[in-house]
Amino acid sequence: MFPNIGIKRANINNIVSFVLLVVLSAAFILPLFWMITTSLKPIDQLLLDPPVWIPTPFEFENYPKALEEQPFLQYLGNSLQIAVAAVIGAIISNSLVAYGFSRVEWKGRDAVFVLVLSTLMLPYHVVMIPLFVSFSTIGWVNTWLPLIVPAWLGHPFFIFMLRQFMLGIPKELSEATRIDGGSEWVLLTRVILPLCKPALATVALFQFIWSWNDFIGPLIYLNDRDLYPMSLGLALYHNSQGITDFSILMAASTMAVVPIILIFFFMQRVFIQGISLTGLKG
Amino acid sequence: MLTPRNRRELRKLGVGLVFISPWIVGFLALNLYPIIASFYYSLTRYSPISSPRFIGLFNYEKLLYFDPLFIKALTNTLYFVIFAVPLGNMLALALAVLLNQKVRGLSVFRTIFYLPSILPLVATSIVWTWLLHPQYGAVSVIMAELGLPIISWFSDPQWAKPALIMMNMWGTGWMMLIYLAALQDVPQELYDVASLDGASLWRKFRHVTVPMISPIILFNTIVGLIGAFQYFTEAYVITEGGPGDATLFYSLYLFNNAFAYFKMGYASAMAWLLFLVILVLTFLIFRSSAKRVYYHGN
Repeated sequence: MFPNIGIKRANINNIVSFVLLVVLSAAFILPLFWMITTSLKPIDQLLLDPPVWIPTPFEFENYPKALEEQPFLQYLGNSLQIAVAAVIGAIISNSLVAYGFSRVEWKGRDAVFVLVLSTLMLPYHVVMIPLFVSFSTIGWVNTWLPLIVPAWLGHPFFIFMLRQFMLGIPKELSEATRIDGGSEWVLLTRVILPLCKPALATVALFQFIWSWNDFIGPLIYLNDRDLYPMSLGLALYHNSQGITDFSILMAASTMAVVPIILIFFFMQRVFIQGISLTGLKG
Repeated sequence: MLTPRNRRELRKLGVGLVFISPWIVGFLALNLYPIIASFYYSLTRYSPISSPRFIGLFNYEKLLYFDPLFIKALTNTLYFVIFAVPLGNMLALALAVLLNQKVRGLSVFRTIFYLPSILPLVATSIVWTWLLHPQYGAVSVIMAELGLPIISWFSDPQWAKPALIMMNMWGTGWMMLIYLAALQDVPQELYDVASLDGASLWRKFRHVTVPMISPIILFNTIVGLIGAFQYFTEAYVITEGGPGDATLFYSLYLFNNAFAYFKMGYASAMAWLLFLVILVLTFLIFRSSAKRVYYHGN
């Protein structure tokens, strides 16, 4: 950020920045480090004062124990199913809607788009109670539908992102297809969407993370333990446990966190790109 | 009769509306209807077993004049907003500035700072409960090593909110990434010119960087503010509103009213007040920042 100020100054600045970054990242890693080492602590090393940083030996047994205590595998499976169903819906709905807001010209389009963006400001708590009442009237309480169906109806954040992306595709491309007699549907699925892959991947990733991490939704709608996703199962397990179970709790938390970390590492580039896409340029 | 031109316009309108129809359905069913219904409920006494009974503005009067817990929840939330939003913002900007110096290992650092912000909050909340445990937590060990007093964080009414704010700052990585993208768009020439004028690092930051990224600062502030007013999961999982209501935040009290005490009308009134507060604050921030935010290009 501050180059061209003489090599020496630049070097000193770089060293200072580097040292600061190392210290700060140590602080940022600490909670996750503590989670993992605790998850590997045998019970007799859990409550030592002062605590041990790294247990010897590692107690990998905490993980199978966690799975015995609670059906965490089932919770993970539930989370996965909910998230995948929401991701499919998010990709389909947001592509359609963004297309309608960018590649088709109609009267009042941009005014309606402002309305789309304005719904971003609406707090969930304002709609939470009437939604609960509506969903219980149609019998959706204690099903996954209230967690999945809204994702099939578009989200302003994704609509905005995909629209920006689609606006960047030259108009001539559409005109050529239309002259060849291609319908809007062909245009969307054969021409536009293949060009939007990076943006679609970002939609998929963010929707997956939101669904995976969602807590208040499952908390409101699910009563049946067999339907619990990981977030809800973990929270209720936590509230029922005492201090001696922390190594098992940390093992369970690790299992909830690892899928997200893995996805992040595999798709890191898409992630960073996604933030820059939505990074509100222009 | 429609002219061919009009007919074409109409056809395009039809095509456009068909494409955005999922959003239209979502807007009507998930936004518009619930907003109106929520306002209606707020004027009623309503538990899920009986139908709503109209009672005028009674819920609002009760909230503002006769409910000490509501005032407590409101002040707790304001406390959280006033500290968490600026601190999270400043940390995010500081991290982004550091990362923008072309240091070694940029992608490693970026991952470390960003990752906590996308991890499931329930899991990280449980981790922080343990991390800040006064006797067995890692932070206590470090503080003892440094000769600092031991703090009971989540079980001390004085420290529970600062502890949650600290945890919130740990999750500021998404904001950092947005800042980083913005910093990379600041034209290099501006810094070069400032260097020729002999500007110090701080002056460059203050007079080049900050004005150039001011729209992003505004955006992050507003998004952070709206999020902070709805702060819920961590307080629900870690402290359940305690100790002594020190972490009874607005959303938590609202949730309890709706789903633990089944006072749906009362909770709806709370929701509407929250909505108004957020609208007014956002409006005020936009107004007061109008002169200070610099939009370049278009």
